[in-house]
Amino acid sequence: MQNNSAPSSSSNALSRLASRFPTGYALRRLLIAIPTMLAVITMAFFMMRAAPGNPYSTDRKLPPEVEANMKASLGLDKPLVQQYAEYVGKVARGDFGPSMRNKDKTVIELIGEGLPVSLTIGAASMGIALFIGSLLGVLAAIRQNSFADYSVMGLAMFGISIPTFVTGPILSLVFGVYLTLFAVGGLDMGRMNFNNMFLPIVTLALPQIAIISRLMRASMIEVLRSNYIRTARAKGLSERSVLLRHAAPAAALPLVSYIGPATAGLLTGSVVIERVFSLPGVGKYFVDGALNRDYTLVLGVIILYAGLIVIFNLLADLLYGVLDPRVKY
Amino acid sequence: MARKTAFMAAALSAVALTLTACGGGGSETDATTLRRSIGASPKSVDPHKAEGTWENDVIGDMFIGLFTEDVEGNPIPGMAESWTTSDDGLVWTFKLRDANWSDGQPVTARDFQFGMRRILDPKSTGSAYGSLLYVLKNAQKVNSGELPVEELGVKIIDDKTLEVTLEYPAPYLPGLLKHYVSFPVPAHVVSELGSGWVKPENIVVNGAYKLDEWRTGDFLRSVKNPGFYDAENVCFNEIVYFPYSDHGAVVRMAQTGKLDMANAFPNERYEELKESLPGWPRVFSMMTTTYVSLNNQQAPFDDKRVRQALSMAIDREYITEKVMGAGQTPVYGLVPKGMRNYPEGAQITWKGLSRADRLVEAKRLLEEAGFGPDNPLKFEYIYRSTGENPKAAPVIQANWLEIADWVQPEIRRVDTQVLYKQLQQGDFEASDAAWVADYNDAFNFLYLFDSRSGPMNYGNYSNPEFDALIDKSHLQLDPVARAKTLRAAEQVLMDDSAMIPMWTPGRQYLVNPDITGFEPNVEDIHRSRYMCRKSLKEG
Repeated sequence: MQNNSAPSSSSNALSRLASRFPTGYALRRLLIAIPTMLAVITMAFFMMRAAPGNPYSTDRKLPPEVEANMKASLGLDKPLVQQYAEYVGKVARGDFGPSMRNKDKTVIELIGEGLPVSLTIGAASMGIALFIGSLLGVLAAIRQNSFADYSVMGLAMFGISIPTFVTGPILSLVFGVYLTLFAVGGLDMGRMNFNNMFLPIVTLALPQIAIISRLMRASMIEVLRSNYIRTARAKGLSERSVLLRHAAPAAALPLVSYIGPATAGLLTGSVVIERVFSLPGVGKYFVDGALNRDYTLVLGVIILYAGLIVIFNLLADLLYGVLDPRVKY
Repeated sequence: MARKTAFMAAALSAVALTLTACGGGGSETDATTLRRSIGASPKSVDPHKAEGTWENDVIGDMFIGLFTEDVEGNPIPGMAESWTTSDDGLVWTFKLRDANWSDGQPVTARDFQFGMRRILDPKSTGSAYGSLLYVLKNAQKVNSGELPVEELGVKIIDDKTLEVTLEYPAPYLPGLLKHYVSFPVPAHVVSELGSGWVKPENIVVNGAYKLDEWRTGDFLRSVKNPGFYDAENVCFNEIVYFPYSDHGAVVRMAQTGKLDMANAFPNERYEELKESLPGWPRVFSMMTTTYVSLNNQQAPFDDKRVRQALSMAIDREYITEKVMGAGQTPVYGLVPKGMRNYPEGAQITWKGLSRADRLVEAKRLLEEAGFGPDNPLKFEYIYRSTGENPKAAPVIQANWLEIADWVQPEIRRVDTQVLYKQLQQGDFEASDAAWVADYNDAFNFLYLFDSRSGPMNYGNYSNPEFDALIDKSHLQLDPVARAKTLRAAEQVLMDDSAMIPMWTPGRQYLVNPDITGFEPNVEDIHRSRYMCRKSLKEG
């Protein structure tokens, strides 16, 4: 923990970390995830079915024979429990089935097409938000009640309260239409590049920067008042060393519990960003799928989301152990 | 610290460099590519599984039925070179033109028979729209599994001759035979590959364009089919269809040159767009009617006077001009203007009254029906959560409140899918609804009020006189006489105030003025093969 400045000692630290890796704990957590995922699938499956409508309902009432044919083609004519059992069986084998509305593609194909875009936007915006957010948070904390603090917190308040469906079109209008610096939306015939990814990433990162900087500031202020920081200062350590080596890791703890689920959320797509910037991510599948009663597609996205939540929560818990020596597994 | 500063400086200059490199907005695109936004992601490009107009945009560029459409959407011979009709109008015999599929195989009568059998076979596609072909002999029985597909009234005379037998004469058959439900599919490919035949790597077409790439939610790209029978008159080499659903984003893309056309823009920006994108916005009517459905079988709407009173109170002109204002037109009949062989529709008789007079008469009718301060008229009006409906509903409520303070409507927004379910189950009092015609014929609107139409007759309207007129029209071969009968039927509906006709929604497009071959039409069909770029033509 303390020796991460020199390259040689950092490789030592890595191997020490590896030896300290709580393999048993991680495995236990992953095993517990199985019933959790099953519970999520079960609840989502039956809640979807409880909603009025079905994948084949349209504004026109289908003749009974057509409705029967469509039901049979989607396998919806079987008893609900049987459908559930078959679905869970298929999922266990990695088969998420065909999408009920996007009839030419399977759920896996759809997620495969949309996930890279969502992952890119989500990961990049979380990375940027973490870097800028924590920097601003620390800055505001050490200059507490100064002009810098008020400015950062004012901006943060702004970032939290202005929703992305407002910032997105504004940024798109200013930087895309007026200044023609970036693409206003869409990919470049399926390709992601700096030109078409910059605005969506920034739009998505803004509220995250705001949240993270506020979290970091509050937590940093609390840590800076604690006894061990006073001790560190009394020992004559430089302010930089006090802040970066002693205060920052401890102050990052509340952040870790926030970014676990938040990252999972960002990675599975933001429906607003995807709509405003006309991007083909998985967030849209979730909303469109729910509205169209595309049972298999919605379940597929829920499973993906739940899986990511499980993984990121586990990563967050493991990170606790790294950041806080008091944590024992 | 110095190292860190150097790193930050390097990173910043990298960002700046990339910025400069990428500046200039959208990417360069070939002038021989047409880029059109179709408003939603196709659920399928299989003509037998498609359900939406946006799918038709893609599918209709790829396949040609016995008939196809001209630039204005009118039926013209497609794969049919010529045809004859029997005296009773029941048997149509088509001679097919010499044309090939994109893999070089000839298009034969078998491909048509195979296609029509496929969409109606209960064990096949599970198509929602197969019922449009119920005019074909035995189609309904085949679709319900009562008869084998071999009994369908579509017979192969020889490779290039197809005989179609109908249940009843249908003068609108050419219009129906250009609809995607009746498109041929390559029997030799579909039999071999099953549902995977529509994947870009497998698809075989007989139209102007062939799907080459499809990324869901991103784009579909079709390339010119050199084997198309009219390929020499096809201008664009490639069509890219974007499924963009955000109307604001679509406008921004048009502004930055990323799109040549889009099938929607925000209504409220019509005036502004006329200025900022001169020549781009196009609005026109289409064969759709928005109406208020009233539950004719339940009090208080089982009383014609109550239905008429509510209809009289609605200020259609205010709603279309002030609340919407982008091409919507108020209507006083069910069948919209411009339907083929239906020059003049029926009209509500009190249309000539002023609004003030209408309100007075509405109040009188309600009082006559027994409503008043001691017996207020209470009901619930539900409306769809999509489109312009949430804007119109409070105005409609206010209009009804103007009749008298004892008229007490409540309005409730309902998820569109749920609303239609409620309508089909008759679980409502008053509700907004709309009908987009499946084919260009007045009957397609009027059948909604036939007492035998089942759940599509949302308000359960029933009048033997109306039903008899519909039956009569089925037997009339002369289009003029038939139109007269259908108009009489529509007049019965209006006189009964079976429902409240509201407006014809406008269709809003953005089309680059440089693009030729885009003609507004009620069917809202715009085939890419007729379009070109002025600069390309001149070049």
